[in-house]
Amino acid sequence: MSDYILEVNNLKMHFPVRGGIFRRQTGKVHAVDGISFSVRPGKTVGLVGESGCGKTTAGRTILRLYKPTEGEVLFDGKDLSQLGKRPLQSIRRQMQMIFQDPFESLNSRHTIGYILEEPFIIHRIGTPEERKKEVKRLLDTVGLPESAGDRFPHEFSGGQRQRIGIARAIALNPRMIICDEPVSALDVSIQSQILNLLLDLQEELGLTYLFIAHDLAVVKHISDFIAVMYLGKIVEYTDADSLYHNPQHPYTHALLSAIPVPDPTIKTKKQILTGDVPSPINPPEGCRFHTRCPIAIDRCRSDEPELSAAPGTEGDVHLVACHRAGEMALLMEKKIKDIL
Amino acid sequence: MAGNNKIILDIKNLVTAFQSESGLQRAVDGVSFSLRRNSTLGIVGESGCGKSVTALSIMRLLPKPAGQYLEGEILYEDTDILKIPPDRLHKIRGNRISMIFQEPMTALNPVQTIGRQLAEVFELHYPEMDKIEILKACVDMLNKVGIPSPETRLGDYPHMISGGMRQRVMIAMALICKPDILIADEPTTALDVTIQAQILSLIEELQKETGMSIIFITHALGVIAEICDDVVVMYAGRVAEKASVVELFKKPKHPYTKGLLASIPRLETERKSRLSVIKGMVPALDEMPQGCRFENRCPDAMDICRTDPPPVVETDKGHFVSCYLFN
Repeated sequence: MSDYILEVNNLKMHFPVRGGIFRRQTGKVHAVDGISFSVRPGKTVGLVGESGCGKTTAGRTILRLYKPTEGEVLFDGKDLSQLGKRPLQSIRRQMQMIFQDPFESLNSRHTIGYILEEPFIIHRIGTPEERKKEVKRLLDTVGLPESAGDRFPHEFSGGQRQRIGIARAIALNPRMIICDEPVSALDVSIQSQILNLLLDLQEELGLTYLFIAHDLAVVKHISDFIAVMYLGKIVEYTDADSLYHNPQHPYTHALLSAIPVPDPTIKTKKQILTGDVPSPINPPEGCRFHTRCPIAIDRCRSDEPELSAAPGTEGDVHLVACHRAGEMALLMEKKIKDIL
Repeated sequence: MAGNNKIILDIKNLVTAFQSESGLQRAVDGVSFSLRRNSTLGIVGESGCGKSVTALSIMRLLPKPAGQYLEGEILYEDTDILKIPPDRLHKIRGNRISMIFQEPMTALNPVQTIGRQLAEVFELHYPEMDKIEILKACVDMLNKVGIPSPETRLGDYPHMISGGMRQRVMIAMALICKPDILIADEPTTALDVTIQAQILSLIEELQKETGMSIIFITHALGVIAEICDDVVVMYAGRVAEKASVVELFKKPKHPYTKGLLASIPRLETERKSRLSVIKGMVPALDEMPQGCRFENRCPDAMDICRTDPPPVVETDKGHFVSCYLFN
């Protein structure tokens, strides 16, 4: 048995693109293209990147909502990517998901009580009375009144629905929860309530989180380790504080500098990336970021950099996929001086 | 707030309401603020606080007949937009005051090319221009908002370009008539951070160039801090606080503003520490508290807050707050 609850090795998820009158496969979307990372029990790994970078697909493939094209997902040492339907169902008890849109992830025809009872019914746990008691306990855990059980999803606000989604996810005492943008649809004052709830639950129940989001400030707040994704690949992986204080990849650097700072007296010199994210159907040769990278050299256009230990960070876990990683700090300083 | 800056848009005690099954619901209830020439005013608040309705009222774009302007004035250079006849309104709307929206995909027409949609604006507002002049002007506009190879882009349909590019097209369209005022309703909310940074710097550049005034509506305090000069904080259809941006972030007074500022996770806050929260949630329009609308969530609520709505008072020069703690 290893130290990790989840190990992802070279995971790939490609979706076919069909065209023409015979719907032949004309290409594929490289949504997730060879990512590897591992999560220790009780910890949180954040997966961050812009829309279309494959972070949501990664989360869903890990849960086996998609069958991966290649690679393995080891949960407790068992490879999920090869499991059949029955063994998968028992594993899913231990691994749950919270979705982004609290308006679409709850069945609007069921009462909250039934929505929360359903996991127990599916897995044939307890008698009806015991299940009712469990529902009550769950509502209490996420801070909703008992009377909520008799009401329907439309009677609740976004924040309350997200609480219901969380209650459903923790119903069967899972060990791991994949949170897919759980707070990005919520208002600021509600967002902090939900983040606090997730942190409290982690402490009480010893949960492991894979936290997927695009907001770096939120991810940094809740995660122990962070993986930055760009076009289906992890470009940097390290602990949350190092990522913020010592980013080694130019993309991470740009992401951090693009976050608006809620303080008008700080006028940061932004390093604005030009252009858009290229299409994952036909990703650029070499380093995938070279089309937007301010410090790209010829080598970046032909050789794809490996995710490997960043120079000067021996002893810590700090992986980066960039040919110029060692020169980053210096280069960026010079670049900013040039702009000024 | 320097006195030499002339006010271009003055909103006084605006009340807009929607007819619903349970009666008239006041979505905006007595909002006043003014926009200075060549400056950016931010309106910040959570969903349902009335910030978008305020913006739509300025353009007189509320859906009819459900939306009604009950009270107040919107003075644009001494003309009350709420009272003028439609033909004069058309001379102001889209011409002197333009608007860009949150989701550029829904704001653009999906079955017309970008070129056609841009050309339409010229045809409407500059009937004297001929086709070739219009085509050239369209290319110029796209160039101005930083769209690469604009000649080829003119033939594209909105679904063929990315979200950031669509927002650039929207901005180009809004700026054709060189408006005095640009109303931007959450223009970067649907975009990624790196694209958001591009669009914000584009808006700032264009403002420097044209000297237009901007009303920037958002729920993101970070964006407000970045580009606004003055800020109005709205809560449940009313103004909670208004001040210059530095003053507001340095000395927030209203408990709601304070709560908002404290609740956002920042890059420098300690990891996994519990964030401070504003308890509860915004009440629905038909169950608004009688007194201060923030009363049921306020940590400092007093007896008077439950019965009488607090007036907006000036506590420091240019710093207005609607709270009995300062009255």
